[in-house]
Amino acid sequence: MSQPFRTEKGGRIERAEQLTFTFDGEEMHGHKGDTLASALLANGVHLVGRSFKYHRPRGILTAGSEEPNALVGIYRNGDQTPNMRATQVELYQGLEATSQNRFPSLGFDIGAVNDRLSMFFPAGFYYKTFMWPKSFWDKVYEPVIRSAAGLGKPPKNPDHDFYGNMYAHCDVLVAGSGPAGLAAALAAAETGAKVILCDEQAEFGGSLLSEVNASVDGKSPTEWTGEAIAKLDAMDNVTLLTRTTAFGYFAHNYVALVERVTEHLSSPDPKLPRERLWQVRAKEVVIASGAIERPMVFPENDRPGILLAEAGRTYLNRYGVKVGHKVVVATACDTAWQAAFDLADHGVEVAAIVDMRETPPESLLSIAKARGIRVEAGCVVTGTLGRKRVKSALIGRLMTSGKVASGGQIDCDALLMSGGWTPTVSLYSQSRGKVVWNADMGAYVPGKSVQKERSTGGAKGLYGLQATLEDGYAAGEEAAKAAIGKSAKITHAASSGGEAGEGGTLGALPHDRNAAKVKAFVDYQNDVTAKDVKLAVREGMQSIEHIKRYTTTGMATDQGRLSNMNALQIASGALEKPVTDVGLTTFRQPYTPTTFGVFAGVARGDFFDPVRKTPSHDWVVKHGGVFEDVGQWKRTWYFPKNGEDMHAAVARECKTVRDNVGLFDASTLGKIEVVGPDAAEFLERMYTNPWKKLAPGRCRYGLLLNDAGFITDDGVIGRLAEDRFHVTTTTGGAPNVFATMEDYLQTEWPDLDVWITSTTEQYAVAAVQGPKAREVIAPFIEGIDLSNEAFPHMSVKEATFCGVPCRLFRISFTGELGFEINVSRQHGKMMWETLAKEIEKHNGTTYGTETMHVLRAEKGYIIVGQDTDGTVTPQDAGMTWAIGKKKLDFVGKRGLDRPDLVAENRKQFVGLFTKDPQVKLEEGAQVTSAENPSTGTPAEGHVTSSYFSPALGRNIALAIVKNGHALDGKTLYVPMPDGSIPVEITGPVFYDKQGARINV
Amino acid sequence: MLLVYCPHCDVERAETEFSCRGQAHIARPSDPSQTSDEDWVNYLYVRANTKGVYAERWRHIHGCGRFFNAVRDTVSDKFLKFYKAGESMPDLEALAKEAGK
Ligand SMILES: [Zn+2]
Repeated sequence: MSQPFRTEKGGRIERAEQLTFTFDGEEMHGHKGDTLASALLANGVHLVGRSFKYHRPRGILTAGSEEPNALVGIYRNGDQTPNMRATQVELYQGLEATSQNRFPSLGFDIGAVNDRLSMFFPAGFYYKTFMWPKSFWDKVYEPVIRSAAGLGKPPKNPDHDFYGNMYAHCDVLVAGSGPAGLAAALAAAETGAKVILCDEQAEFGGSLLSEVNASVDGKSPTEWTGEAIAKLDAMDNVTLLTRTTAFGYFAHNYVALVERVTEHLSSPDPKLPRERLWQVRAKEVVIASGAIERPMVFPENDRPGILLAEAGRTYLNRYGVKVGHKVVVATACDTAWQAAFDLADHGVEVAAIVDMRETPPESLLSIAKARGIRVEAGCVVTGTLGRKRVKSALIGRLMTSGKVASGGQIDCDALLMSGGWTPTVSLYSQSRGKVVWNADMGAYVPGKSVQKERSTGGAKGLYGLQATLEDGYAAGEEAAKAAIGKSAKITHAASSGGEAGEGGTLGALPHDRNAAKVKAFVDYQNDVTAKDVKLAVREGMQSIEHIKRYTTTGMATDQGRLSNMNALQIASGALEKPVTDVGLTTFRQPYTPTTFGVFAGVARGDFFDPVRKTPSHDWVVKHGGVFEDVGQWKRTWYFPKNGEDMHAAVARECKTVRDNVGLFDASTLGKIEVVGPDAAEFLERMYTNPWKKLAPGRCRYGLLLNDAGFITDDGVIGRLAEDRFHVTTTTGGAPNVFATMEDYLQTEWPDLDVWITSTTEQYAVAAVQGPKAREVIAPFIEGIDLSNEAFPHMSVKEATFCGVPCRLFRISFTGELGFEINVSRQHGKMMWETLAKEIEKHNGTTYGTETMHVLRAEKGYIIVGQDTDGTVTPQDAGMTWAIGKKKLDFVGKRGLDRPDLVAENRKQFVGLFTKDPQVKLEEGAQVTSAENPSTGTPAEGHVTSSYFSPALGRNIALAIVKNGHALDGKTLYVPMPDGSIPVEITGPVFYDKQGARINV
Repeated sequence: MLLVYCPHCDVERAETEFSCRGQAHIARPSDPSQTSDEDWVNYLYVRANTKGVYAERWRHIHGCGRFFNAVRDTVSDKFLKFYKAGESMPDLEALAKEAGK
């Protein structure tokens, strides 16, 4: 199929290799080396999308990553990636692209009515219109706005690609490979410094790739680039990364790159990631991000067929594509003239060069004359015609009065424009450097370096091929010297041609049109016009930050790289303040839109968060146990038998434990080994309880506070020897307890001779609880007399279980006779399976966390973090018994004496009975003194735990309630949406209040 | 991501290996029972929120596990000094002056 806008020859495409692709289902052809944008233009397609707000037809504007209009969806593997910039999408065989934000089709779009109604959509429209009534927001306004405005549709399926991650260290990172970046990389590499050179494009070379009117060392710019890259590629100290965007410059020279690995391939190797995140720590950075051309802000400057001049030149020289057959070039600077000349040399009719300057340089005028190109100097484009493609340009003559006189109409099928150049200071700005205004250039350029970086070439407003090369060499030499202290001699390339130009313009251009009726776009992607910026100022926005948010100018995915300078100039005019007083918004990361996938990397699915399993895990899976997530742990929740629901299973498990025996996996409990001559002294200082007199072989419940006096953790601590303690913590609290212990030990009491080691993962723990617990474990334990007299409640001893060493605790979290057996983790499975088999003989059961919770609640044992919330003291919890009264100090002791902690009316830990035993309270429900409290009544407290108690045959609850300890027997209320529930305050111990069952 | 130096390991490592524990040199009063309510509350809760040169605690939590202190300029995020826990606080003003050169 023909490509009517393809040149006869030239460009870097491989003409012998034809590729087929589709756009909105229509089959077209291009070549290897094309981008989707260049291939579409070769086929004469300019209209590629509808704009965000007004649904105006939009075409390709640029040839780079700053493209605001040509956002397309790319189909692959049955799903679609939205908002891909066609200027960056490399063509491959079978590529499927689709336009966005149009319905039903790109050519006929219902949303385009927004353009006619645009008087109703001024800046700040959303803020003004959708204020009232509030209830309309989520039901009416938001759905309507969402369906009418927007870009691509998000993909429907989980991302089928995967993403890689690389850490890299280098001496010199060079971002950008135009003449400055290449020269910098060559100079730095010569010193032996470790260099990374990255470029967002498919090929290195930047502007050199589209330069045909210059030579470097007597070679064409592309030839010289090829040789320079080959030289760098052969050096071991250089890493070359194409298709790699430096998108974020962070603290301490940490620069994030994203490498697009497979997106450009027709059938990529499935072993390769789609993209790769490079986390680079560079000793020195060279920012060679170049400059981009500014659009001119004239009415209807957004029609398809209107492109930036240098983009037109790039499509011609690099891709062999003519943007039109009859082209108008509108400019205020020299560089755009070269685009006209190059087009003319390829046989394109240049209808006119319209230059705002009264007297463009004589050198340019003579070249134009030689080619027979009409020049309209002192003129400006005041509008364009054509619905889906520009048809003609309206010309105005700039009068000395400042007014514009009509200068007629010039027919064309494409219009190239250039308002001058803007240095790309995004990376510099991200490095926290402050840009400074350069009045001569009419541009913000990098100021002082804050981090170890320097900008070079176009990125700092330096133009012209030779000057850029020289500056690049100097930057590379300086960076290498700073990084590794070495210099090296390198022959600098000598170039001719590619001179820097003069001129440029900023802001909205004058015209003779009805200002109320025309739209001159400043920010294409967000549909912000010059009028919008002026309106924002009229409505009181003074700061550029406010203007930005009110109009959304500069808030598109290019972050205002194209629009900021024009918007700033317009705001400056409207505010009657110099540009420098208006300020500039900050460029933030990422430089270009970056996928979530590359940030997530491998941390998704099974790798999102580690899963911690206990040794009983496989057995539980096999036996149909139900798991719950407790932090990263998988804990067994309950063990349903014969189709039981949770309630039935838990009731059975509870009853079996109280009647016979139960087996519970307690391996997740935190464990810390505290060892050393000062171990007892250390625990004495950390925990509320006394430890020094605890005899080896004995355990004690330990309560841990913070220095504010509030409960933070608890657990049983066993003394194995004079200098050795086995500390247990809550499942969730283990890391914090360990870190807190380390903190006090290292920074407050470095004099103590103590080592602490986290041993949570070292032990598997089986809890055997119930009247028959002793009989269950007895056959397997050797080395301990298990009788109540020899091994009473709260004992600990080292022994063996089935011949392997164990630490046996006689402790109970159920109120029944209980043992906890700790064996080395590798024997955990054996222990579990042995005991699970044994309990069968005693009509026992395995039980899960829910039964554990019910049994402990029946006994009124708190769970830190459930029954406490970080504001509960031992007094509040009714646990003053746990405080060593004679101790002079422990963590939290002084805090407990603070006025607020000893004040009246504190919330205290109590039990609750619902008046109706069948009613179960909701955990978290508020407790009030009034039956039907009016709105705004403060609660007296809240329900912390609530269960059906099989032992009591009724529902029970735990709560913290203001002055709760004094309210025993009183009635309070738990107001719920369908009625208030009366509750009676009781003590928190519901079952076996004397604790007789433990001591059997 | 900051680059942090551990004076115990004598290595520079990425911030992800460390945890920051707030202002340094806030010692727990040696005799809490003799400490006034106000002083105790200051010890517990009151911290400087310095714009500028600031001494803070760090722990090489995924390395040696040990605590150390760092002087950081909170405006630029530049570290001016690293030293082990227990060493006395350096002259912050002098460090700021030195860095400003
Ligand atoms: Zn360390």
